[in-house]
Amino acid sequence: MTAIVSAENLTVSFDDFLALDNVSIDVAPGESFGLVGESGSGKSTLLRAIAGLSPVTDGRITLDGKPLDVKYRDKAFYRQVQMVFQDPYGSLHPRQTVDRLLQEPLAIHGVADAERRILRALDEVGLGSSFRFRYSHQLSGGQRQRIAIARALIIEPQIMLLDEPTSALDASVQAEVLNLLEQVRRDRKLTYIMVSHDLGVVTHMCERLAVMKNGKVVERLSSSDLVAGRLSEDYTKNLMVASKGFVRDVAV
Amino acid sequence: MSTMLTVDDLRVSFPTRTGLIEAVRGVSFTLGRERLGIVGESGSGKSQTGRAIMGLTPAHAKISANKLNFDGIDLLTAPAKTRRALRGSRIAMILQDPKYSLNPVMSIGRQIVETLRTHESVSRREARDRAIAMLEAVQIRDAARVFDLHPHEVSGGMGQRAMIAMMLIAGPELLVADEPTSALDVTVQLEVLGILDKLVSERGMGLIFISHDLRLVSSFCDRVIVMYAGKIVEELAASDLGNAKHPYTQGLLNCMPTLGTNRHPLPVLDRQLEWAL
Ligand SMILES: Nc1ncnc2c1ncn2[C@@H]1O[C@H](COP(=O)(O)OP(=O)(O)OP(=O)(O)O)[C@@H](O)[C@H]1O
Ligand SMILES: Nc1ncnc2c1ncn2[C@@H]1O[C@H](COP(=O)(O)OP(=O)(O)OP(=O)(O)O)[C@@H](O)[C@H]1O
Ligand SMILES: [Mg+2]
Ligand SMILES: [Mg+2]
Repeated sequence: MTAIVSAENLTVSFDDFLALDNVSIDVAPGESFGLVGESGSGKSTLLRAIAGLSPVTDGRITLDGKPLDVKYRDKAFYRQVQMVFQDPYGSLHPRQTVDRLLQEPLAIHGVADAERRILRALDEVGLGSSFRFRYSHQLSGGQRQRIAIARALIIEPQIMLLDEPTSALDASVQAEVLNLLEQVRRDRKLTYIMVSHDLGVVTHMCERLAVMKNGKVVERLSSSDLVAGRLSEDYTKNLMVASKGFVRDVAV
Repeated sequence: MSTMLTVDDLRVSFPTRTGLIEAVRGVSFTLGRERLGIVGESGSGKSQTGRAIMGLTPAHAKISANKLNFDGIDLLTAPAKTRRALRGSRIAMILQDPKYSLNPVMSIGRQIVETLRTHESVSRREARDRAIAMLEAVQIRDAARVFDLHPHEVSGGMGQRAMIAMMLIAGPELLVADEPTSALDVTVQLEVLGILDKLVSERGMGLIFISHDLRLVSSFCDRVIVMYAGKIVEELAASDLGNAKHPYTQGLLNCMPTLGTNRHPLPVLDRQLEWAL
């Protein structure tokens, strides 16, 4: 496989703390690759490292086979790779209107046809044109998350780094957004790297996934292995049991 | 069961340049020492309902109710000072954006310690130990390290748990938890729910649990309110979710991707205009 994105022995540290400890993943063009694992295990750090936002201390990241600088990413990179951040509150400037937020990436990358694209993007994420001139602080959590997705999709990148993209959405809107993501991936041959704590979502969206714990990848498997319970790590097994819901007796 | 909170015909709206946005349109319910779940569509008014109870409705919004009463106190007419005092001690809310509701320039540990010390007079040393113990209780690994981190230095799920730890240390009688576990992996999620569960069953806390995760709510709560477009469209015993009558609730149950089902595209709701009347 020639990977479109790969991380090789990637290490990220904050002072003496290793947030990523020698992590490697390979993602094929057009693939949707999942990341699951414990909270604090380094999933966001890995996506952020690919986007040039984590302090990489060792290892390398390649895009289309070419190694990227440890930190610097040029404009062309962001034309090709867009990230949807985990936190819908932090990732959108609160004093900007939705229109301005969607306008900005189009302007940066010199994409024409802004008017049509903005209206289409809003429609695709289930927010009509009545939301266009709202400020982001006037939106609910899930509405912000959808604007963040629209903003990443609007310039039609090739690769999307999706960090818990539907964690703030109810099942009905989540289904619409997941269908949208699947459809654009098919139509435009996109590649996704997607973090989700919901195993149902990950197995629905991704062919393969990596399980992270404590800054390391502890298991790599296909979604069908996960569904069939062909797991080797105890941690992954626990995840499977826990995903069946809350059971009062075993509570702490 | 004794009622601690009564909400009757609560309305919250926002005047904007392009017209009035009605976020909450006549919501009524009561709460005792129990777990009440609120689920509903994105933008249906769940957070604004919780914020109204807390007294955190934005100043420019219009808010009204026939009754908004906590333990005999009329929340709408209570002086600001009374409300602030309630908020610090007897009523608490875990906000949907935990990392941005924490103080960005103070370490997580110090924020928890300060909360504790406004409630109890404890030595610096003991406060630190208890804060670390609380971080451990919410399953934060390496709590001593996290104690010294600032909010922007923790992961999404760690921020959520730090906020939970802070609220728990305050020991409120009523807790409004707005999507408190949405960033947590399932194993940690269950531990945190276990803690909340114990507070309800052992300390008699009243819990409003806002979530978009129907499966979680139905396994955890006693009762569930379903909201759509600013209104309650259905109220159910959690165990009775399978018999939901409203097409929105029924639709919700059907459009979740689950392990082992293979449906591409996922079924979506055919939203009817009359649902939002
Ligand atoms: N700027 C920073 N300074 C110090 N530590 C950091 C910083 N950013 C991240 N970390 C640490 O790196 C670890 C991994 O964080 P990361 O956000 O990648 O976790 P995650 O797997 O995305 O978790 P979650 O599922 O909760 O979002 C955490 O322990 C976090 O405290
Ligand atoms: N400051 C504001 N000005 C105008 N409208 C607002 C403001 N805050 C919220 N709204 C609107 O009020 C409605 C209800 O918002 P609320 O945050 O209560 O939704 P929610 O049910 O919590 O949704 P989510 O699940 O997406 O968090 C939304 O349509 C939102 O856009
Ligand atoms: Mg994360
Ligand atoms: Mg909300």
